[in-house]
Amino acid sequence: MAELLTKFPRRRTVLLASLLAVGMTATACSAPGEDRSSNPTSDTAVKTELGADPITLQMYAETGFPLAKALADEFSKQHSNVTFNIREDQFTVIVENAPRVMASDNSPDIIRLPTMVDLVKDDLLKNLDPYFTAYGWDKFPASQLMQLRVGENTRGTGSLYGMGLGYSVTGVFYNKKLATQIGMTQPPATVAEFEELLAKAKTGGVQPIMQFNKNTAGINFPHQALQNQFGDPTQVADWIFQKPGATFDTPAALKATQTIQKWAQAGYFTKDANALDYAGMVGEFQKGNGLFMFNGDWESANLDKAMPGNVGFFLFPTESPGAKHVAMSAPNTFGVSAKAKNPDAAAYFLNWVHTNAKAREISVTVGGSSPGGPSDLPVPSAAENTVLAETLKASQQLGAENGAVDFTANATGGIFAAAITPEMQKLIAGQQTPEGYVKAVQAEYQKELSR
Amino acid sequence: MTSALGSAPTGRDDRRARPTPTRAYRFRWARAAGTGWLYVLPALVMYAVFVLRPLVLTLQYSLYDWNGIGVARWVGLDNYLTVFTDSDLLKIIGNAVVLIVFFSFIPVALGLLVASMVRRITTGAFGTVVRTILFLPQVIPLVAAGIAWSWLLSSNGLVNQVLRAVGLGGVARAWLGDFDTALPAVGVIGAWVLLGLCTILLVTGMSKIDPALYEAARLDGAGPVREFLAVTLPSLRQEIGVCLTVTIIAALASFDIVYISTSGGPGLQTTVPGLEIYRLAFSQRQVGLASALAVVLMLLVLACVLPIQRLTRGEKP
Repeated sequence: MAELLTKFPRRRTVLLASLLAVGMTATACSAPGEDRSSNPTSDTAVKTELGADPITLQMYAETGFPLAKALADEFSKQHSNVTFNIREDQFTVIVENAPRVMASDNSPDIIRLPTMVDLVKDDLLKNLDPYFTAYGWDKFPASQLMQLRVGENTRGTGSLYGMGLGYSVTGVFYNKKLATQIGMTQPPATVAEFEELLAKAKTGGVQPIMQFNKNTAGINFPHQALQNQFGDPTQVADWIFQKPGATFDTPAALKATQTIQKWAQAGYFTKDANALDYAGMVGEFQKGNGLFMFNGDWESANLDKAMPGNVGFFLFPTESPGAKHVAMSAPNTFGVSAKAKNPDAAAYFLNWVHTNAKAREISVTVGGSSPGGPSDLPVPSAAENTVLAETLKASQQLGAENGAVDFTANATGGIFAAAITPEMQKLIAGQQTPEGYVKAVQAEYQKELSR
Repeated sequence: MTSALGSAPTGRDDRRARPTPTRAYRFRWARAAGTGWLYVLPALVMYAVFVLRPLVLTLQYSLYDWNGIGVARWVGLDNYLTVFTDSDLLKIIGNAVVLIVFFSFIPVALGLLVASMVRRITTGAFGTVVRTILFLPQVIPLVAAGIAWSWLLSSNGLVNQVLRAVGLGGVARAWLGDFDTALPAVGVIGAWVLLGLCTILLVTGMSKIDPALYEAARLDGAGPVREFLAVTLPSLRQEIGVCLTVTIIAALASFDIVYISTSGGPGLQTTVPGLEIYRLAFSQRQVGLASALAVVLMLLVLACVLPIQRLTRGEKP
């Protein structure tokens, strides 16, 4: 070992060099990606019948969220000719794998999707417009499917490329025992009231907010919750949908960032937030080590089990009393791969998820989320006195007030990892100014859009 | 990288002068060489497919702007220009250089100290126990080590509990989440992992030193320190070279420990090139830039390792 490399004889060096050269010429003839066969985008007539032939649907779903499997099992029970082959990965792994998996010959029929714009650009996703017409999805509230539309380099308008297996809503979970302890009798009606509660908790020796900020910036939850209230939410939506001219450098975003900085300095987040990951946050909250936690309804069933009767939920309050609520809410997006072998059956399944009574019930009881679908179908109810019932109610309220916006973290493929997470970690540690934060996020956004 | 080093031929045969071959001998030799090549062919094919081809492809990708799926665009050396001008990427490379201190210098220095202490007890059952304990961190998967250490270093972890117990609660903090301590904390994990490897290598080296040398030194009136400097250290030159080579590569190409314990945070405080290459290629889908950074990292490793190889090569006394 000690005498390697430097004693490499000349003859062998020549041999190695020539091997490398051969490799070079063998591989360097064409630019990477050029040999990719163009995708079959034949828009033949779609079938809305499942038929009786045996079908195996390949599904690529997210680990830790049992809804997809529960729905698949029920579907197979109702349609005995259809079986599912389910592969599961963590969401971050799916984000990294999706393009390659979908470009492969073994492309899944139904896949849990990260951001869609790049996948559409690369012709990897099936356009669902023909199914939209065939199944009459125009009876769904238009806002429900808006986030799943992709147009010319923007999202929010254009053709439909995905459907939700449940439609999630986010807000604030609170520990009821600790809330009583600090004298909170009802959910706050304004941001100012919310801040009063934070201060009361702090002086009362209760950790005001339990929020993770390791790996990915969990504090982006409260940040966007504030940003949604401080300005026109369409500005936020336009930025997420990559509308031309949209910017993150707005007074609303700046004010939200200043507020987060203020909260951090006041000690409303834990001192180790930058070393706390998602699972750690949920664990600490369940142990009663925090009054508030910004999170989504996917945790409702879990929290009901871990702290029954002791957890409540409210939509983040508005700036002025009585205003319309605005909250992050997004479909648990699933799409059909452009190379899917059974696209018709996949679409049939997606339609069934939204319209079948049993499937809708599973969406609520297993997934904890609103099942979406046509507005004239009843929403299955959850058990009384559960936080699940509260999040469902909040979801309906948000739908009625038309206040759903997507997550800023979904604006581009890399914005969360490359800008929001590191800059947010700096912000709460006092290593970044609010002005610098807003500018850094916008700079990364522009860099990514220019590629 | 390491596999390329590990499987490189040493070339000892070439230094042996061959007799001037007669015709028949030359024929036999050629046939023997042909058979030889046949024997190594399977290994060579694997080497070409899994080491050389990816290496060449990485070089090729680094000259393109490519998202991994669509058609790539030729950009020449632009990606390299980005690597050397982007302040974030330079900071990331700097982090790796800092880690060399923790992954390399500290384990080698401590390893020398520990090895000199345990040298005399390397035989017998007790010796085996000592060696096993020292080598244990090498056997534990790095991911498990990372998880265990992130528990130890968390705000309510063992490290802080001990600090509070001895009245040093003031310095207790989330070591891996603090901007000032995150990188050194990651370094400590690396030092722990690599200390055992260095110690074992050095103990083995020491056991090969001729006891007569120590005796001679002692007769000349050398104390333990003098003995260490005049006999032990020079005799261990090659082992120290191996230790430095392996640990510097571990520092510059680190990934597992960082990914598990901090994910590169807070901010970019502990992001290292290995992690950034992975992020650029798979999450940001900039395969070209990731490849360029990978090539730069490879050159950086060679730039650090080659001089060490040269310095520590010398023949054993």
